Parts: sequence; structure tokens; C-alpha cells
Amino acid sequence: MTETTSIPKEKIDLIKEKAKMSRLETIRMISMAKSGHYGSSFSSSEIFATLYYHVMNYDPKNPRWKSRDRFVMGKGHSAVGVYSILADVGFFPKEELDTYTQLGSAFGDHPDMNKIKGIDFGSGSIGHGLSVGVGMSLGARLDNEDYRSFILMGDGELQEGQVWEAAMSAANFKLGNLVAIVDNNKVTVDGNTAELMGIEPIKDKWESFGWNVIEIDGHDIEQLIHTFDNLPPADSDVPTAIICDTVAGKGVSFMEHGYEWHVANLGEDDIKRAIEEIEGGQ
Amino acid sequence: MTEQTTFHKDTWELYKSLEMSKQLTSGPTLAELADDHPEVVAMSSDLSKPTGLWPFAKAYPDRFFNFGLAEKNMVTAAAGLASTGKVPFVSTYASFLGVLAAENIRTAVAYPNLNVRLIGTHTGIAMGFYGTSHHATEDISITRAMANMTVISPADGVALSEMIKESVESYDGPIYFRVSRGREEPVYEKGERVQNKIGKANILRDGSDLTIIACGIEVLQALRAADQLSGKGIEARVIDMHTIKPMDEQAVLEAAQDTGAVLTVEEHNIMGGLGSAISEVLMESGIPCKFKRHGFYDENSLIGKPYYLYKHYKLDADGIASVAQEFLDK
Repeated sequence: MTETTSIPKEKIDLIKEKAKMSRLETIRMISMAKSGHYGSSFSSSEIFATLYYHVMNYDPKNPRWKSRDRFVMGKGHSAVGVYSILADVGFFPKEELDTYTQLGSAFGDHPDMNKIKGIDFGSGSIGHGLSVGVGMSLGARLDNEDYRSFILMGDGELQEGQVWEAAMSAANFKLGNLVAIVDNNKVTVDGNTAELMGIEPIKDKWESFGWNVIEIDGHDIEQLIHTFDNLPPADSDVPTAIICDTVAGKGVSFMEHGYEWHVANLGEDDIKRAIEEIEGGQ
Repeated sequence: MTEQTTFHKDTWELYKSLEMSKQLTSGPTLAELADDHPEVVAMSSDLSKPTGLWPFAKAYPDRFFNFGLAEKNMVTAAAGLASTGKVPFVSTYASFLGVLAAENIRTAVAYPNLNVRLIGTHTGIAMGFYGTSHHATEDISITRAMANMTVISPADGVALSEMIKESVESYDGPIYFRVSRGREEPVYEKGERVQNKIGKANILRDGSDLTIIACGIEVLQALRAADQLSGKGIEARVIDMHTIKPMDEQAVLEAAQDTGAVLTVEEHNIMGGLGSAISEVLMESGIPCKFKRHGFYDENSLIGKPYYLYKHYKLDADGIASVAQEFLDK
């Protein structure tokens, strides 16, 4: 896991910069909406950046390219962290983000596949994502395509029963082309996951459902790259779950670990502090 | 055979019914379409046999997915498959599809407007003494409230087959098909000519005193009721409104204008179903017309064998004729 010597420093720096951009844009867009999901977007920033700037095959000029890798956010409320990345890689002009949450905008708190280029499937109703991935991965198998479906889920999302229906079916259908990514930031809307409705042991649960399980630090770009680079082949038989140990609100000291920042609105002084911390962050 | 299969009091037994469910034509129809349409796939939740999908599953095992008892996952996975260009047919009992998986249908299928075809079988009270958990008298109401959704209640297996074919060959967007247990007598004969087209009502009998608008298995009963009424000097027009959404409004308005009295018949709660949909069209038209909805009057069914239940709720031919007579006498 720690053998990361082959990853060029420039690549790691690029992904760090893009994760930073995602956080800054999240703050900017939420200030337009006056409410939004900071904490759960920040816990996924490095995951988003690693996927879009290193792992996934896609073509911004042909968003529905049949052979592209798919990315679905079961935790659709983190979409605000992805919109800026989709613009940055060229799916649509960055100016479109300025309409965020305004009347008739394509960009809402949750993503819409028919309105936003680069969104492979809409989400918002927690617990659907992995099932969508099961369908996409079955589609890949039927078409003899070797793309993967990457499904990002929150730890709170694992409380949804449908996730485990999907986990069972993915193992049953031998979907080695399906990758679940758990952003284990340990908070939900109402409090700390462990106190509210405990979902540990997460690793054991996935293993008992027949999945290949990898545990990593979800903010460590080297570990993320190494894990994605070494996934089992897409035509293998066992789906993979990557359990990412993350920090809600990562990057802004007064937000870190706090469930209060899952949905919130920063005041002007706090916005300044947050931006300073993110820009100065490693 | 025919005489023994319509609402017959002695034939309600699961395994017998599987053999007798000849109107559940989704399986053979999909098998017929499969070679020309590689995008067609199918899935069920441990009910491939009772839903009639089995012939497709057997002939095309690589294109059939049994999800076990996990309807919500199945419906959303169908949406994921549809996003890759497939046309998934999802079939299970209506109580576990249109009711249990309603949120999945709305959010993952209807909202993104995906080409998923849902076939809820054993609707209404077709499951008889299995009880309310297995009845579905709310599914029209639930699915027609979903934007983008087409809702179809075919009268028999020929109608189901014709509209499945149309849905594969030339129809876009999600569809909820609502079919019964498949043991009913047919209304239509299989032929070269297409008799059922999505969105186009079928006027099966003309009359000037009353129009009975029915859907699903109530179409045949309405036709028989019309024959009985004819013997009493009442001539009823009978319309098969198989597509509840989008509705053939022209057929409804003409019926109101021509006959001045409309009775709707459905194996569904009168709240939110076919009758409600037609009342919306009539009220907004301003055409003066006597109107009555017949079905379940916001109640859950008693336990019983279907034959007795349909009789009890006046959803057989005798019952519909008596309801019609009373309606006109008022």
C-alpha cells in the first residue's frame, strides 16, 4: 500500500490543486445558494480529484461515450464538489456554475443526468447509487465493454437497506467491474454516525457480502492512486469496496469532524477564514 | 377451457394458475422480439414463473436477471441498465412493484425518463385470499402521478403483447403495465392487424344510452354487462381505455357528448385511478354528463377466492350491469 514511488510528484500536486479548487468552488457556490453541503463535499474532495484527473476514462466532448467509466454519487449531496471539476475538465463552460441553484438552473444541490453533461446518473435519494452501478455493470458485461462503474457512498448511506440488496446482487452477478467507494466521514445530518445508528464493522460487512475490501486514508492521494491503479481487472468476478477513512469538513479547521457543517451556510468572516485555510493547506 | 377460466370458483390454486395464466404474454412476446432487439433484457424478483417472464428467461438466460426478493434494488438496477442503452422489462407482482418500489420508480426511472418497462402482475384483488399485502388497488394512482410515466392496463394477453411490441419498436420513456393473473378470457384475438395502440382507446361496442369505460380485466366484464343491459333496452357503448396515461381524451369527450352518461369500471380504488383520470377530463371539458366511478370505494378487500370477491364487489358482469342500471335510474 505504501509503495508509491512510481507516482510522479506532478501528478500528486495536480490532484491536490484540483481538490483545493473543488473546495474553494464549493464555498463560492454555497454562498450563492445560502445553504449547502460543505462537510460531506470536503470529505470527498481528494476522491473526486483522483477519479477525474487520474483514474477514469471519459471524453468531455462526447459525454455519453459508450465505453466511458461511470461515476455515480450515491451521496448526491456532494455534487457541489464535483460540478467545478466537470467544468474544469471541459464538460461545460465554467460560467455555467454561476447559475447554481438559481431559478431554472441545471445545477441544484443534487445532480441531474439529463441537465448536466458529465453526470452519468442523477442522485439525491440516498441508497440508490450502488443499485444503479449494478445495472451499469451488467450493461457493460452484456456489451462486452471493459469500463468500470465507480459508486461513491457515504457512511450514513450504508444505513439504507437497499445498499445491501445491491451489495448482495453485485457479488451474485460476479461484477468485478463495480467499485464501491465509501466516504467514511463518520457524520450524518443529525449527529455522529456511530452514536446515531452505528454501521461498523464496515469492512466485515462488505467482506461478508462477498466483496474484495480495501481500507485507505481517503485524503491521501498516493494511497488513492495506488488503490485505483491496482484494482482487480474489470472482467474479474469479485466487486471491490474501497473504504476511505475521511474527515467531514476536511481542510477547514473549524469544520473538521463537525456534523453541524454537513449542511450549513458560512458567514462572511468565516468564508474568509475558510478560504485562507484551504488556500494555505497542504 | 375458456368456460373454466373466467373467475371460476374452483380453479384458484397457484400451480394450476401458472399453467392457466395464458394472458401473461410478456415472456413469449419478449422471446419473439429478442433476436431483432438485443437491447431487450428482463428481470424479476423471484417471480419469473408467476409473472410469465419464464419463457424469455429460459430462451435467453444471459439476458435475464433474477434479483431475488429485492424489488427496490431491481428497479434501480434496471434504471442503471437503461442508462447503458438497454430496455429492461421488470416484472413482479404489482403490490411489490407499483406499490413497494414506488419511490425507486419515481426517482430512478420516471424522473430521468428512462426506457424501463415495468409489468406489475396480479393487480387488483387477483391474489384473492392472499390478502391485502398481495393486492394492488393503488398502483394506477401512484404511477400516473409520476411525470413522464405512461400507464397501461391491457385487457388481455393479446393487448399486452401488442403494446409490449410497440414499446420496444417505437415508444420512448418509462411505462407501467398493469396486468392481472392471466387466467381471464381474452377480449382480442391474435391477428395480423394491431388492435391495441398505446394512447388510443378501443371502442368495442356502440350505444347511445350510456358509456362504460373500463380497463384491464374489467373490459370483458363490461362487454358482458352491456349485453345484459341490452336485454333491458339499455344500449351501452363500451370503451377499453387501456392507456390511462396519456389518455385518449377525444374518446371520453365523444362518449359524454353522444351518450350523456359515463360509468367507469376498474379493479382499483376509485380514488386516483381510471375513474379519477376520466373525471378530470370531463370536468375540464364543460360537457354536461352523468358520471359515476365504480371500483373499490376506498376500502381494502375482504379475504376470499377471486370468483366470490369479484361478485361481492360487483366487478363481474352481473355486478356491473346492476351498478349501471342503478346509476341510470338515479
